[in-house]
Amino acid sequence: MCGICGCDSGESETKGHVHDHHDHHDHHPHDHIHHHDDTSPERLVKIEQDILGKNNRYAEQNRRYFQQHGILALNLVSSPGAGKTTLLVATIRALKDRMAIAVIEGDQQTRHDADRIEAEGVAAVQINTGRACHLDAHGVGHAVWDLQMPDNSLLAIENVGNLVCPASFDLGEAHKVVVLSVTEGDDKPLKYPDIFRAADVMIVNKIDLLPYVDFDVERCIDFARRVQPSIAIIKLSATSGDGFSGWINWLLERAGRQQTQNTQEAMP
Amino acid sequence: MHELSLLQNVRDILEAEALKQGFCKVRQVTLEIGELACIEAEALRFGFDVVMKDSLAADAELVIEHLAARGRCRHCHQDMAMDGLQQICQFCGQYGVDILQGDTMKIKELRVI
Repeated sequence: MCGICGCDSGESETKGHVHDHHDHHDHHPHDHIHHHDDTSPERLVKIEQDILGKNNRYAEQNRRYFQQHGILALNLVSSPGAGKTTLLVATIRALKDRMAIAVIEGDQQTRHDADRIEAEGVAAVQINTGRACHLDAHGVGHAVWDLQMPDNSLLAIENVGNLVCPASFDLGEAHKVVVLSVTEGDDKPLKYPDIFRAADVMIVNKIDLLPYVDFDVERCIDFARRVQPSIAIIKLSATSGDGFSGWINWLLERAGRQQTQNTQEAMP
Repeated sequence: MHELSLLQNVRDILEAEALKQGFCKVRQVTLEIGELACIEAEALRFGFDVVMKDSLAADAELVIEHLAARGRCRHCHQDMAMDGLQQICQFCGQYGVDILQGDTMKIKELRVI
């Protein structure tokens, strides 16, 4: 039994944290019932269980924790190389004097991204997913416990660079933020519609490179709104700073809303 | 390839149910996959035998039933069948049809001994 969330062994699909204090996998609880044999009559068992049910339960647990503590949790998703970590570093520089920030980094291997974040003076936990292509709510819950964030923090969860699998795994975040850079195809919202449909915001990143690439911003926005008509669009360059205030304003507005909600809930 | 993670969840659920409902072998697993669930049936079939190997569902048959997708227009509130995520409302012609059914994946039933 895990002492943090009370989970049984082997519940996370990811390999755990880099500075791992649990390593509980490959749990096979099938040593128990062997009193039948192959001659027993076959029967039908109705199950009706959501395959993602376990992940969703952990996600709800995380979401309750974030709400109780006024924490604005964002799940950042994109292809590899769209600039999520650079966006986070710039966000930390803009906001770290105004609010507490913590970061969970998800990658298959290495803790390079967590090192980049920690160099900015902010707490970071790296989750290495090993073969898995996404973060799951259980692994995130453990990382949140490790971070011990103060109330009213911003928690940025940088998912594994992948536009497919993270769409299915709720982490308990308030918003999914999808980052698409202009060095990619402007039709990605149609090619990978699940993740764009699940997102509340699309950041069009690296707009300083627009003169050099064949990327039609308006076409991209039109495609994104076909799969998610209410998606907010923020165009920016995390390296040049163009358009960055739009992102910061959006973040501060959402963080304020999460904190207010927290205050209201705390009232008798 | 999150299908492998999902299949691992299936295996965990089968093992938990075996204890709860008292069976020792699974002969057939029926999954119900929504047409708009972010999952590829072929990838599930491909991974099933690998993930179930050495479990109580080793050699089990996998049956996949598809659940048709239905949605409701957020503008005119009419219900309709959906055939994709960029669905135009067949009544008012606008984008913005919310999914009512067909984005889930679940284990429906098992044949066990």
